[in-house]
Amino acid sequence: MEAATETRETKSMLLNIGPSHPAMHGVIRLVTELEGESVAKVDAEIGYLHRAFEKSAEAATWTQVIPYTDRLNYVSPLINNFGYCAAVEKLLGIEVTERCKYIRVTMSEISRITDHLTCIAASAMELGAMTAFLYFMKAREYLYEIVEEVTGARLTISYGRIGGVKGDLPDGLPEKLEEALKKVERELLEVDKLLTRNRIWVDRTRGIGVLTREDAIAYSISGPMARASGIAYDVRKAFPYAAYDRMDFEVPLGERGDNYDRYLVRMEEMRQSIRIIRQALKGMPGGPVNVDSGGRVIESFDLVDQAKMGRTAGLVDVRTTVEPTLEGTEKVHHDRILPDEKRVVLPSKEDTYGNIEGLMNHFKLIMDYHGIRPPKGDTYHAVEGANGELGFYVVSDGQDRPYRVRVRPPCFFNMAVLHKMLEGYMVADIVATFGSINMIAGELDR
Amino acid sequence: MGIKPGDTPGFFTSKLEKAVGWARRYSIFQYPFVTACCGMEYMSTASGHYDMDRFGAGLPRFSPRQADVLFVVGTISHKIAPILRRVYDQMCEPKWVVAFGVCTCTGGFYDNYATVQGIDTIIPVDIYIPGCPPRPEAVLDGLMKLQAKIENQKQVVI
Repeated sequence: MEAATETRETKSMLLNIGPSHPAMHGVIRLVTELEGESVAKVDAEIGYLHRAFEKSAEAATWTQVIPYTDRLNYVSPLINNFGYCAAVEKLLGIEVTERCKYIRVTMSEISRITDHLTCIAASAMELGAMTAFLYFMKAREYLYEIVEEVTGARLTISYGRIGGVKGDLPDGLPEKLEEALKKVERELLEVDKLLTRNRIWVDRTRGIGVLTREDAIAYSISGPMARASGIAYDVRKAFPYAAYDRMDFEVPLGERGDNYDRYLVRMEEMRQSIRIIRQALKGMPGGPVNVDSGGRVIESFDLVDQAKMGRTAGLVDVRTTVEPTLEGTEKVHHDRILPDEKRVVLPSKEDTYGNIEGLMNHFKLIMDYHGIRPPKGDTYHAVEGANGELGFYVVSDGQDRPYRVRVRPPCFFNMAVLHKMLEGYMVADIVATFGSINMIAGELDR
Repeated sequence: MGIKPGDTPGFFTSKLEKAVGWARRYSIFQYPFVTACCGMEYMSTASGHYDMDRFGAGLPRFSPRQADVLFVVGTISHKIAPILRRVYDQMCEPKWVVAFGVCTCTGGFYDNYATVQGIDTIIPVDIYIPGCPPRPEAVLDGLMKLQAKIENQKQVVI
């Protein structure tokens, strides 16, 4: 009895987790202070994958920034691409074509699924569920095959272009995509059966790493993490971009903000993404994918009406369908050069090699110190990245290179609130909580 | 019955060397030092579709003391370079290093103040797998080249 009443001096222990640690996907160092088994204090040290994105972007032309954006959140590179392109388009005042918007939605959602698959797979693996990992990697592979078919690469795709996308969808893609989606759904169901009601999984995640609604708002958390805490904020709904305003989808919400809710939110978001992809494929209009490739043809009576009213700005170069009064007048000698729409997208190779306008257009876009030159100014455009609001703040000084490209990476804010989710829990819960956040070092450190 | 590097191999020792080479070739325990994008392709290669296990390299060990091939996967910045060096130093001989992805080979297109311009400035590298990121097929090709190298090199049996 005496031994029990004897007071012993207790000391907290300092423990470094990372930056190279099997359960830390991505490089980050957590300096934890432990009191026995429980975590008293956590300090996250970041910057191990700083690759000078913002500085490199200042040295590259507007188009050359796109490959750098691939490698921000390398699990869902397509969303980054489109986010950056949309920001520059906003600066230029360009509206992309309807087909391009649908393509962007489709590809973004494919990317979102791959991201969530990777997140859940990795966090399940870290808790010992290797089977779920292998199933989801299989599912991701089906989608990578589709991405490769569309963009030509599996991961670092550089598919977005300012004013459109690199190329149209290949023939027969909708069928292949549908087939892949069916397979992904099957894997989702399989992992759902393995994890959702699994006693071990629920014990390790339920009630662990709780992020309260207040904290989530205070730390400006967005994406699945905020939604798991019950905040109904989704950039796709709040500020619809591309064709999201025409898509019918639900934003899943959690109640408790713990690891389990984050897992459920991600699972449901994947199902919603599949729903969006199906709608986008169904509703995808025809037409050009880049802003200027179709030309701007107006009816002749419109041309006359506009001219009579004195609205002649930009009309000089517009191609019109003039009624033939003399033999041969219906022939359009050359396509109009409409500077507003010709300043971002490269002309087709037929035009480049076939006529002088195309050649000049090509050179003006390719030559150093010419290229894409947005007007002076700055703008911010946010898209719903896989981890939350992914914003691009671009500043132009009127040159062919960005003055500044600042990224608002969702992970950065998640790492800021990390200590709230780890302190007070056990050491072993660090792995479970950290896995559910889906920290991507590429966009965290940039 | 140790074979020292200077010894002329006799019949028995050369046969032994062959056997050891064969065994080592198919029992690669790798330490994936994953930092960046290439990790995604590493995961793809390691799991079902491409299956590194076919080459006897299926089990990643996350402790450097249990591993004999160091896969450096992804960009190495100056901040993480000392840690990479430390992990390499902790590994037991014989050990090999694979530079996975162009960032580890040469720094890739991150030619800037933050990135190490090729990990061979820090540690010796056996196989370079370029690509940004390399396709799983390229990784498997690199792995096979590494296996050939392991098998044919002079085996130090202690």
